[in-house]
Amino acid sequence: MLYTNLNHVESAAQLEKIISENENVMVCCGRMGPMCIPVYDIMEELEKVYTHVKFFDMEFDNPEAQIIRNAPLTRGFMGLPYTVYYKNGEMVKATTSIQSMPQVKAILDSEFGQPTA
Amino acid sequence: MENSNHYDVIILGGGPAGLTAAIYLSRARLKTLLLTDGTPGGQMTLTHEIANYPGIEKINGYMLGSVMKKQAASFGAVVKGNTEIISFAFEGATKSVTTADGQTYTSDAVILAPGGRSRTLGVPGEDTFKGRGISYCATCDGDFFTGKEIVVVGGGNSALEEAVSLTKYATKVTVVHQFDHFQAFQYAVDEAKANPKISFVMSSTIASFYGDEKLEGVTIKNLDTGEETDFSTDGVFIFIGYVPNTEWLKGVVNINERGEIIAGADMSTNLAGVYAAGDANAKRYRQVTTAVADGTIAAMAAADYLHSLKRR
Repeated sequence: MLYTNLNHVESAAQLEKIISENENVMVCCGRMGPMCIPVYDIMEELEKVYTHVKFFDMEFDNPEAQIIRNAPLTRGFMGLPYTVYYKNGEMVKATTSIQSMPQVKAILDSEFGQPTA
Repeated sequence: MENSNHYDVIILGGGPAGLTAAIYLSRARLKTLLLTDGTPGGQMTLTHEIANYPGIEKINGYMLGSVMKKQAASFGAVVKGNTEIISFAFEGATKSVTTADGQTYTSDAVILAPGGRSRTLGVPGEDTFKGRGISYCATCDGDFFTGKEIVVVGGGNSALEEAVSLTKYATKVTVVHQFDHFQAFQYAVDEAKANPKISFVMSSTIASFYGDEKLEGVTIKNLDTGEETDFSTDGVFIFIGYVPNTEWLKGVVNINERGEIIAGADMSTNLAGVYAAGDANAKRYRQVTTAVADGTIAAMAAADYLHSLKRR
């Protein structure tokens, strides 16, 4: 169970549905650990600003999270959390381990565009 | 000054020092703003378990930070996380801070509590393989290395305690340390030396990391002979201490050669109305409890300063 204020992804099928229905999606796949919590916090802050992006988390130890753990872009990752970005249903970017606010914003801006107003 | 963005005190930093100052100041009914560029809790959130905080048997570092934040907010402090400061002015009677979202906040006093961050080796390959074999958190990433051979860099308490804890996962742990002796307490040295899975490479450092998609090895340099040797490994955990987050304060307040803020016994800096607390201060011991003590003192000194201004 991830104790965050983000919307949670519970299954691979749910994630498939989310990315098919939303153009821009960011998912942080982790645990309630020290490297993951700061990324969830950053996402909660950015959710209010990047209204054209849908933000979710997914529990790393959920067997259904293999859809992220075994994705081509996360191959070789050995640090939590795995943070992935989907554009039009395709994973376009993935990062491993803790990320800072500027790092996350840079990816959101380059992959999904800057927020308007 | 009647301004919704004007505070009695602005606290910069959200670790235990900053949060404690926020609790004390807001409880004293002083209008208090805490700005932090990360998650409230600071480095405490990186600690899986805190077992030496008096009054609490065991608690997750994130939870302790979360409770402190809630406590500060309950007394009226405004706590803003993930806030980037783009400019500031601490000289003069009114201090000001401008954040990346375009807001400018002013105050009569400031408490600097920027804390520190994990020191990195700064050698080739470190950025490339972060999260791909290089980690700074054993509790987070230890299980990725189950059945593998790994390296731990460092010779302090954290390095040796984490080396022992990583033997739950790894088949072999090689500790690489730059000196010929350890800085850790004797109990940690004894425990590491008694563990059959741990071996030691002393007077040596990591010169570079190499690999393809993920880390495959490190080049170890012997600091006595200069000889470099390639060493195959699946993972490297780095625990070589902390550096204070004070680069932005150079030339603003007095800082020593290690980048630590020089503060008096009342946490005052060389600038009137500017106080400093926590791990960024020049001091010998850095614990959650010492940061909490600093934060308390800084808050009380700042409150006295504000009262003295009103008496003028």
